[in-house]
Amino acid sequence: MIDARGQSCPIPVVMVQDAVKKGNRPAELQVKVDAMVCVENITRYAASQGYTVKVDEADGEYTLTLKK
Amino acid sequence: MENEIKLTKLAKCAGCGAKVGAGVLAQLLGDMKVRRDPNLIVGFDKSDDASVYKVTDDLALVQTVDFFPPIHDDPYTFGQIAATNALSDVYAMGGEPKLALNVMAVPKDMPSDAVHEILRGGYDKAYEAGTIITGGHSILDDEPKYGLAVTGFVHPDKVLTNSGAKPGDVLLLTKPLGIGVLTTAAKVGMTTAEGMALAVRLMTTLNKAARDAMVQYRVHACTDVTGFSLMGHGLEMAQGSDVELHLDVRAIDLIGEAVELARLGVLPEGMYRNRSFAEAFVDPGDVELARQDVLYDPQTAGGLLIAVDPADADRLYDALRGTVPSAQRIGTVKTYGGGKRIFLH
Repeated sequence: MIDARGQSCPIPVVMVQDAVKKGNRPAELQVKVDAMVCVENITRYAASQGYTVKVDEADGEYTLTLKK
Repeated sequence: MENEIKLTKLAKCAGCGAKVGAGVLAQLLGDMKVRRDPNLIVGFDKSDDASVYKVTDDLALVQTVDFFPPIHDDPYTFGQIAATNALSDVYAMGGEPKLALNVMAVPKDMPSDAVHEILRGGYDKAYEAGTIITGGHSILDDEPKYGLAVTGFVHPDKVLTNSGAKPGDVLLLTKPLGIGVLTTAAKVGMTTAEGMALAVRLMTTLNKAARDAMVQYRVHACTDVTGFSLMGHGLEMAQGSDVELHLDVRAIDLIGEAVELARLGVLPEGMYRNRSFAEAFVDPGDVELARQDVLYDPQTAGGLLIAVDPADADRLYDALRGTVPSAQRIGTVKTYGGGKRIFLH
């Protein structure tokens, strides 16, 4: 689980990009963010890499689950 | 060395991305009591770039103010960009900037060299524009900010607003799009040196040459493309003129690196704000999402969007080529059909 809460955009999407590269394109990846712009940015990146994204929201925080 | 401080680290948003959204702004200003004056040719009721007040039959004043937090780490470059951006609103109205006042916020501990360099950048651009900086106002603030309040002159009959576009007009644009993406990506080191150099060159190029060319021809409407993006400013033009815009996206100069970064999800928050303001009025056709995103990208000191009479379109386009960073013939204006305001093809 990548915790990107409190990071201003575009840092969270870069954290996800690094994790995807370092993990050699893992089949599943979870990331927590606290801004809608980060959800959108990560969703765009995930789509470009062939991942599907599930977003769960609770108390203004978003958990994104990326799956191949 | 003044460059030891990283200016953009002190900024929460990048440049025009710091702008309050167009929709929010309209709401905030919605119920203000405004004194009416027949000499006020352009006020804030039409969401135009600057206000214009007629003084005599031959002279009107154009007034505008624009300032924002650092968009570049080099203070001199930041000063140049902020001034270029502020002066642009006068050019967009067809006017010539004459007088300006510095608007500045500085953190207590900011080195005086850096403050001096920001101001020097502003003075140099103002000088290039033929504008005199006559004073200003500075306050202490955690986040540095700089810009200008600019007064320009225009002939009252030659004011260009964003609400005069007519069906049949040809749409021209004078700078490429993607500056906001490049400056946002630069904050995380993802912009190449070439990309950043291009962004800086664009953001420090005055819209003076574009203005000087366009006033020679029958231009019906003009606006500068800044924080609200091509789509946001285009929508304001379409609504203000009660027309619809048809854009040929292949003819729009989208900075290649910005499109690549958009595909990687490296996009400024302002892009999403612009989308939520405008996208309900836009028919995106089958244009790729990343390219659409760049059309919604907030520009700092972007180019002019010009609606020109079709009979003058070729000549103005030729006049712009070689004198502006990127002359583009991006689409046409059509009679409003009652549905969407902007169509992407």
